[in-house]
Amino acid sequence: MNPALQGLLTIAIGVGACVGYFYFANQILDKVIFPARGPNAGRNINRANHIRPWLFLFPAIFALGLYLAYPVVETLRLSLSDREQGGAFVGLDNYSQMMSEPKFWEAMRNNMLWLIVVPAMSTAFGLLAAQLTDRIGWGNIAKSLIFMPMAISFVGAGVIWKLVYETRPDDIAQIGVLNAILAGLGGAPQTWLTIPFWNNFFLMIVLVWIQTGFAMVILSAALRGIPEETVEAAIVDGANPFQIFFKIKVPQIMPTIVVVWTTITLTVLKIFDIVFAMTNGQWETQVLANYMYDKLFRAGDWGVGSAAAIIIMLLVSPILVWNVHNARKEMR
Amino acid sequence: MSGVTLSKAIKRFGDLQVIHGVDLEIEDGEFCVFVGPSGCGKSTLLRMIAGLEETTEGHISIGGRDVTRADPAERGVAMVFQTYALYPHMTVEENMGFGLKMTGTPKAEVKEKVTRAAEILQLQPYLKRKPKALSGGQRQRVAIGRAITRGPEVFLFDEPLSNLDAELRVEMRVEIARLHKEIGATMIYVTHDQVEAMTLADKIVVLRGGRVEQVGRPMQLYQNPDNVFVAGFIGSPGMNFLRGTVSGPGKVRVPALGDQEIKTGVPLPDMNTAVIVGLRPQDLGVHQAASPVTVELRERLGGVAYDYLNTPTGERIIVEIKGDEPIAAGAEVAVDFDRERVFFFDAENNRRLR
Repeated sequence: MNPALQGLLTIAIGVGACVGYFYFANQILDKVIFPARGPNAGRNINRANHIRPWLFLFPAIFALGLYLAYPVVETLRLSLSDREQGGAFVGLDNYSQMMSEPKFWEAMRNNMLWLIVVPAMSTAFGLLAAQLTDRIGWGNIAKSLIFMPMAISFVGAGVIWKLVYETRPDDIAQIGVLNAILAGLGGAPQTWLTIPFWNNFFLMIVLVWIQTGFAMVILSAALRGIPEETVEAAIVDGANPFQIFFKIKVPQIMPTIVVVWTTITLTVLKIFDIVFAMTNGQWETQVLANYMYDKLFRAGDWGVGSAAAIIIMLLVSPILVWNVHNARKEMR
Repeated sequence: MSGVTLSKAIKRFGDLQVIHGVDLEIEDGEFCVFVGPSGCGKSTLLRMIAGLEETTEGHISIGGRDVTRADPAERGVAMVFQTYALYPHMTVEENMGFGLKMTGTPKAEVKEKVTRAAEILQLQPYLKRKPKALSGGQRQRVAIGRAITRGPEVFLFDEPLSNLDAELRVEMRVEIARLHKEIGATMIYVTHDQVEAMTLADKIVVLRGGRVEQVGRPMQLYQNPDNVFVAGFIGSPGMNFLRGTVSGPGKVRVPALGDQEIKTGVPLPDMNTAVIVGLRPQDLGVHQAASPVTVELRERLGGVAYDYLNTPTGERIIVEIKGDEPIAAGAEVAVDFDRERVFFFDAENNRRLR
């Protein structure tokens, strides 16, 4: 069969099954289990109405349970068992083994670096871009350009930036932009991604480049929501543009800044693709997610790999809760 | 000396001219009210004085200094906005002290001035609160306090009471009048409410379409309006206007009053020229008599009542009645007035005939 037809058929069956589930489940509830007639019609209608939400929520709850809740439990179980002993329970052995590995601590340190640098830079640049583009005629074009990297996948961005950092031997033309500029200025080409410690920042720039657009769009909307009169009052009060920005505007959008910051933080904690595509954790650029991938799928050590996954989850959860809390507060 | 002088002030937004060469002299310590219907340019004019709108042409000077191109902060003005414009993230105290902090005033002095302003406005219990935790009236008080703290030469109020409910509005109106007496600074106040204008002002500036229609003391404008617009705008309920024609020397025939002829001493134009006859509701009375004028309904406000009269020409007359002698709706009535208190206007250019 033609693959296109196959695709269409799949869609038809999938959608049909969903519609069918809701329709028939509802019918059975109303006609068979709690029919709205007979001596107990009123009671039956009430009962059916109590059950209906759960009936309709069931597919979503089931899918989320299967693909989100179950893996958490399973990962936790795996992190407490050992492959070499046929999956026997070994307590926290995997964790202690992981903690004794320098590579894990390197990943931990790098993750913390990412955690501080990327949200800070993205939010700062986003705020700057939002404020500056609001004031100029071609601001919307500038905004689109800054926002565009958001549409690129992390792996794609990694590949693009790998080319920016590309190094060729001294005697042939440099195709990496950075080295080309350096060579043009008379310097010697550098292998940027192999310079320990600093190469972390070269990787972070990629994510900052992507996330600045996100921060800018959200913060730009927030800046526009500030009552114009408060700015005018500050002008009459004698505040200069910097004071207006930092003392009047920024405090008023602080809740939004916090939400943007924590949202980017969540992305950063899970960062994997960029590191995987650009250095694969070599030259001291390892991060937790890539470390987990290494252990789980390359070394096949699902004990330590799962332990790393649990660590990531533990780090993400509080920020996630806080983020949701802040976002809700903002909506009110 | 901190009077405000505008000479030939013009404001254009692109090609659209909204203020057409305003000349105005506001004395030191005067309470000046800009009044007019919405869109008349009164707020724009105020913002030009504040420096929030650039003055396209002409000059503005405050206390003898030309401030046409000066920054708002250098003009010695403080502004109270309609929406209060309090800084939501600062406490009342910080809100009031912000202006002084920006000019680098020592902390102790800021605190002292904030405390004094808070005393004047009875805001001491709220100093540590955020604006969110205050009522509308309290917020407006804080906004005024913020202006007082800066000790400006000129206070600018941009419709400060229109976000308050009716009762609070009266209360704040009295408060602002008291404040002016206490501080004695020059104040410029924008409103569309002629009652606020009448009660607060030393000088009213009536604006329409970006032009000054008339300037004067409140009672002067009430008793001696220059044109139909001012006559209709000042006074509540508004003046009744009836069409008339000159029917002889010193005589005007008014069809709405059953072709009644009104004798007058004011210089009238030629025979058969159309004029507008203006009658204040307060100057009118009615008594039952055979007449083409009928009572449509009576609105009782307690102290006074308003009779709405229908005339044969379809023009409506409102009469303010002091007593409450019952006249049935639909009854025929004659309108009484003192011919000394009748206003005549040129029907062509709406100017007062006098």
